[in-house]
Amino acid sequence: MYAVRRWSVRHSAFMERLYEGFTRLFLGLGPLWRLIGHRRLETPLAAVERRAKGFLFDCRMCGQCVLSSTGMACPMNCPKDLRNGPCGGVAPDGGCEVHPTMRCVWVEAWEGSRTMRRSDAITTLGVSPLDNRLQGTSSWLREAREAQRQPEDDSGTQA
Amino acid sequence: MVGPTTLTVPPGHSSPGRLERVLRAGRFAVTAELNPPDSADPNEVYERALVLSEVCDAINATDASGANVHMSSIGICALLSYAGYAPVLQISCRDRNRIAIQGDVLAAAAMRVANILCLTGDGVEVGDQPEAKPVFDLGSISLLKTIRTMRDEGRFLSGRPITVPPKVFLGAAANPFAPPLDFRPLRLAKKIEAGAQFIQTQYCFDLPVLERYMERVRELGLHERCFILAGVGPLASSRTARWLRARVPGVHIPDALIARLEGAKDQKREGRDICIEIIQRLREIPGIAGVHVMAYRQEELVSDIITASGVLKGRRRQPTTANTSKIGTPS
Repeated sequence: MYAVRRWSVRHSAFMERLYEGFTRLFLGLGPLWRLIGHRRLETPLAAVERRAKGFLFDCRMCGQCVLSSTGMACPMNCPKDLRNGPCGGVAPDGGCEVHPTMRCVWVEAWEGSRTMRRSDAITTLGVSPLDNRLQGTSSWLREAREAQRQPEDDSGTQA
Repeated sequence: MVGPTTLTVPPGHSSPGRLERVLRAGRFAVTAELNPPDSADPNEVYERALVLSEVCDAINATDASGANVHMSSIGICALLSYAGYAPVLQISCRDRNRIAIQGDVLAAAAMRVANILCLTGDGVEVGDQPEAKPVFDLGSISLLKTIRTMRDEGRFLSGRPITVPPKVFLGAAANPFAPPLDFRPLRLAKKIEAGAQFIQTQYCFDLPVLERYMERVRELGLHERCFILAGVGPLASSRTARWLRARVPGVHIPDALIARLEGAKDQKREGRDICIEIIQRLREIPGIAGVHVMAYRQEELVSDIITASGVLKGRRRQPTTANTSKIGTPS
């Protein structure tokens, strides 16, 4: 919902802390997810993730979540699916070029990122194209799977 | 002419093209946009190119800009290249996915197109066919990275090798005037990181805003990592100015400028004079390497504007590269 998603961005510092706590908890339960089986968990977890993140951020389930690097504004709400900053068509009032009544997702992202602890993360996003095969899959589970594969690495708390 | 001119890539260059040579030689470059015809007649392309060619180092062929259908960029580039001009292929991510785009890049390079401008593209909603399906499989930044990978690593995104990589000079667009203003220089840095070597900006009518942007660009050292060509163009009348501002996404024109046009006896002449003044002031801004002229439906004015601005003064008498004077002019 548009109003909730804007609230989440306005409270990005709080959401960042909440999300970090959740990520730690979720990744901490990694062995449990492994025991149940990642494949078996995919469908129910994706459904939970879709509802929770859908409510809070209008998440589009790209499966490659970067919310914590984009001021808690989901970049997939950009009509051009831009993952690396705003296009040149943003209106002087910050409105979207395609849907003028909507605030540009990247104007929101920039403002949201300013109050976050990892405020620089918005400038260090990867430049590789999106993997469209991951659409609809759980990025939480993908993070957990990757953390299990490299237990010595810091997971980067991207989800 | 039986085919496009074959040129070698000078050491330290990415492409064999004239635009890169002129910029690397430290000379003030001029590019211009060719308005694509709504026609299947190649002569309409040649006629428009001819009037631009005498003052341009490269001619941009737009790719359905404003999401309006016209003759395609790659088609125009093929015509221009075979006629001996130096075109800039514009690729928008709106209409084609990564498979189509990578194929087009090889085709363009095979036709000796030496410059590619990577754009995200306007949304289909602003064009004449809003019912079309937008693609946006890539964005301007991932597009830059894709072509750079093809050129420098000699492979497709899939990792499959390319036997002869496309030797192209890579460009991107920038709009210093759209919010969030303080994010814009960082986005430029991102484009450079992804592979942009030259930048063509949106129309520059508000020079104080541009100067602040360029100050930040210089602080970040970005002007030393890419060539920035500032976008300019003559405004035909105050009505055109208002229309541009209201209808073309990302165009910013200060009220004072529109008032000046309104107060003029001959608005078209005033628009031309304003454009010349802007070019002369742009030239003084450190880090501006050239201008990109977008003279929508006024191509015939470009040559006069560039000549009157004096930016090319003396250039042709002191070529630093032996071949430069032979490239990009009609044969």
